[in-house]
Amino acid sequence: MTIAAQPLEKTDAAFRGSPYDLATQVKGRLHRDDVRVVKTSEAMWVNAVERIRDEKDQEAFAALFRHFAPRVKAFLMKSGASPSLAEECTQEVMATLWHKAHMFDPARAGVATWIYTIARNRKIDALRKQRRPEPEDLPWGPEPEPDQADVMVLQQESEKLGEALAQLPQKQRELVEQAYFGDLSHSEIAAATGLPLGTIKSRIRLALERLRHELM
Amino acid sequence: MTEIKHHLTDELLMSYAAGNLPEAFNLVVATHISLCDECRARLGAFEALGGSVIDQVEGCAVSDECLTATLRLIEDGPTEEIRPQVTRQGILPAPLVDYIGGSLDDVKWRSLGMGVKQAILPTSKEASVRLLHIPGGTAMPDHGHNGMELTLVLQGAFQDDGDRFGPGDIEIADEALEHTPVAEPGQDCICLAATDAKLKFNAFLPKLAQPFFRI
Repeated sequence: MTIAAQPLEKTDAAFRGSPYDLATQVKGRLHRDDVRVVKTSEAMWVNAVERIRDEKDQEAFAALFRHFAPRVKAFLMKSGASPSLAEECTQEVMATLWHKAHMFDPARAGVATWIYTIARNRKIDALRKQRRPEPEDLPWGPEPEPDQADVMVLQQESEKLGEALAQLPQKQRELVEQAYFGDLSHSEIAAATGLPLGTIKSRIRLALERLRHELM
Repeated sequence: MTEIKHHLTDELLMSYAAGNLPEAFNLVVATHISLCDECRARLGAFEALGGSVIDQVEGCAVSDECLTATLRLIEDGPTEEIRPQVTRQGILPAPLVDYIGGSLDDVKWRSLGMGVKQAILPTSKEASVRLLHIPGGTAMPDHGHNGMELTLVLQGAFQDDGDRFGPGDIEIADEALEHTPVAEPGQDCICLAATDAKLKFNAFLPKLAQPFFRI
């Protein structure tokens, strides 16, 4: 059986009824009606990563895989990878997710964001054949027990951002997508930066400031 | 550290978040973010947007064996080579230490005359990045650009067209700007500068010297 992102209802029967079943109902493209489902799914993805970290839970991994692997592959193909290279890289991205589950900090980024950064780094490495200079690590790692209120607010902000993207006029949304797939020149990108990023930005800044304060 | 007044643009942060900048620019962006929490938070927002884009993209079917193959890959253990943890060295944030392969003492400077020195760092060829050492009170050669130039101050300060750029500040210059940065008197100015095209020097001599110095 082929694992496809859409329609997701076709995932294997054994999977149905599992705690991750809800996620399989999330459509490839977000619409207004799906927002409630997505809210539930973000908390579930966080839980899935934690179960991989704590219990090496293969069922949780399979759920993440079914949702994200087809999307990671699409991202890599739209960035110029051949189908076979994209699939090979997708496997590496998803394996990295497993191995780095202990690095994931839900107070600082959503699961989709975290997977996105892993996929992006793989793209630079495998497609563009470059090293990626990374900013200095903050002097603190992920907190062992992140503040649940922080985690929830970040999830809400990520969802709001997702809604904002989904509700953009099609032309503008395509522009944003193209910016991430590498199809836009620098001057064209200026037109794609007009999204309301204010709230998530201040949320992340607040989290940074709090952590820095705690450290001192 | 003094307050950073000149930050990265949204375009640069978005392109960095998307992984579409030349390596030389990535290095300047990563170095600035190492010094600037404001831009680190803004980068976080653009990465979150990347997360939304990938979450909403129409997926591509993956083959039957893909999950099984991934689980096998996982059993083999992490493949990524473990790079030694690089830390900040004095005025040099970690990404820069990584590219220099050491501290400021390890930089292989080459003289450009007038006490100005540069060291080109190894990156992909779409753009180039260099460290510049400019004695206090000295002007950089008058130049314009064919493309974009990012200049990040690491030590000292320079003035350009009435603006002051101190440690952590980044100046973003494009083709339209013909400028003459002048290092402030006092402490020597050390900058990290990236260009995606050769600089156009206006004086006759530097133009001749250009092929030799790879400016």
